[in-house]
Amino acid sequence: MSTDHFDGEFPIVVEGLKNQFGSHVIHEGLDLKVRRGEILGVVGGSGTGKSVLMRSIIGLQQPSAGRIEVLGQLVDDDSEGDEVDIRSRWGVLFQGGALFSTLTVAENIEVPLKQFHPEIGPELRREIALFKVRLSGLPPEAADKYPSELSGGMKKRAGLARALALDPELLFLDEPTAGLDPIGAAAFDTLTSELQDTLGHTVFLITHDLDTLYEICDRVAVIADKRVIAVGTIPELLALDHPWIQEYFNGPRGRAAKASQHRAKAMDKLAKAGE
Amino acid sequence: MREWADFTTETDADGALHLALAGPMVVSSVGELDVRLRELGAPVARIDLSAVGAIDTVGAWIVSRLIDEHGAAIAGASKEAQLLIAAVREKDLTAPAEGTGAPGNALTRLLEKTGAAAIAYKNGVVELLDFLGALLIAWFRVLRHPSRIRWISLVRQMELVGVGALPIMGLMSFLIGIVIAQQGAVQLRQFGAEIYTVNLTGRLSFRELGILMTAIMFAGRSGSSFAAQIGTMKLTEEVDAMRTIGVSPMEALVLPRVMASVIIMPLLGFYSAILAIIGGAFISMFSLEIPFFTFLTRIQEVVPTHDLWVGLIKGPVFGLIVALAGCYQGMRVHGNSEEVGLKTTVAVVQAIFAVIVLDAFFAVFFTEIGWG
Repeated sequence: MSTDHFDGEFPIVVEGLKNQFGSHVIHEGLDLKVRRGEILGVVGGSGTGKSVLMRSIIGLQQPSAGRIEVLGQLVDDDSEGDEVDIRSRWGVLFQGGALFSTLTVAENIEVPLKQFHPEIGPELRREIALFKVRLSGLPPEAADKYPSELSGGMKKRAGLARALALDPELLFLDEPTAGLDPIGAAAFDTLTSELQDTLGHTVFLITHDLDTLYEICDRVAVIADKRVIAVGTIPELLALDHPWIQEYFNGPRGRAAKASQHRAKAMDKLAKAGE
Repeated sequence: MREWADFTTETDADGALHLALAGPMVVSSVGELDVRLRELGAPVARIDLSAVGAIDTVGAWIVSRLIDEHGAAIAGASKEAQLLIAAVREKDLTAPAEGTGAPGNALTRLLEKTGAAAIAYKNGVVELLDFLGALLIAWFRVLRHPSRIRWISLVRQMELVGVGALPIMGLMSFLIGIVIAQQGAVQLRQFGAEIYTVNLTGRLSFRELGILMTAIMFAGRSGSSFAAQIGTMKLTEEVDAMRTIGVSPMEALVLPRVMASVIIMPLLGFYSAILAIIGGAFISMFSLEIPFFTFLTRIQEVVPTHDLWVGLIKGPVFGLIVALAGCYQGMRVHGNSEEVGLKTTVAVVQAIFAVIVLDAFFAVFFTEIGWG
């Protein structure tokens, strides 16, 4: 196994993706490039196939047509004897956390470690697990709890800890803040952003949460009409004259999120001026 | 080729080690390094990181642990490494002690286990009474308002547990009939009493085997599925959702299954008995040279009617026991998916055990009242 990191500019490249369930076409001619080291937010109405796009990229969903390259490797060729298992280089947080319910949180985190790096001794594995538990903002005693004993927000954090177990270069987050209270959601946003600063991974983040988009996303990709209609920073997107984008960001909730961000920035400025 | 992390050591004048780490310090390369580092005897005074390539949080954690354990100083760290190590240390990661429960001596542990088992037993009894009470209440409520009987789900359950079971139950009973008749004939031939094979097959099928084997099969086939279905519904909070909508899970889930089982079991038992007799008649054609229809006519003559009643009376009781065990264990599922499997197993084992115990009571009872 090599320890090379991916050095290209685009760790995720999707070209001409088509996904179809029966006669129902979800994606057609979808193109997307994710830049290295960015947090890319993916938005779109319900049913536009955000999760399907993520599942296609991580190889859970066989696309009808198109080409998907992750970290310079094609996803669809299932060559078992591949030198580096690409799956050890990404972490995925599913919507409900998808923790293994019969294992404790620490054991959940140890699963990918055991799977990909059996040479790591049990002591170090346990230490890594405990470290990731703390890294994801859980109290240390959560490590030996079972998923059913955790609250929704803690489950998400535990899922994130498992996704981070192998220090992945790519992190996929499927609606990480959905179902969290505003304080929990804000804390999760901060966590995502801080981890990204520290660890330098690329984040593919599906969300409906406008605050998340404003606070932590470097760029936002908008899925509509079966493809990615635009990728860019929020001001860039607002400059476009697409009705769905306008409605999304300039609807009442969009305006509120924007206003809160302005307020936060103004507070920052005041604080700095006061120093 | 995979590159492993490595280290070299030098001992200084005070007997402390100077450690020089080399190679990538990432999760895929440090497994062996860590094992060897743990075997270091002497304290580490200084860690040289100048030959370290890539580093991730796992590598940083190992360095940070060395610093904590030995009070070592680091040198030659790249900017990236410094940042990561600082980030790791910032989290204040003193690993909590594992397994806090004091083990105690053997006697204490035995007492503790006995106590825990006794409490669990008491809770189990209370839970079971709770369940039976709730079921009775639901039953009386439905009796008072028969419009609340869920006919569609009742018929659906009858189809699932009854009609769906016909092929497998039929085949099983047919084969059992063959075995009884054939083995019976072999033994009875020693006394020249082969003709009693008909009595043996007929009476045994109606009284005992038809219904008992059906009940055991029913426990494995339907009791387990009750437990698994209801258990999964509990896990996915469907049962809670029902309650909030005002639908009683007892009425919607448990009653239809219990009623369907009580109705279907005697029918299945009778069907099994008939198939077993057909199996016996079939094998008798060859091994005893009794014509098929003569065998069946003899059955009418030698099997008293109360044998049929014995089977038909036991049927609903066994159906009730199996359905109760399945539904009760299903409702007890909570927590995780392993529970579903565990409770399903318990449901089947309890049901089969209870059925066999009850069958013994029935055997004595019916003989005492002169239905022997």
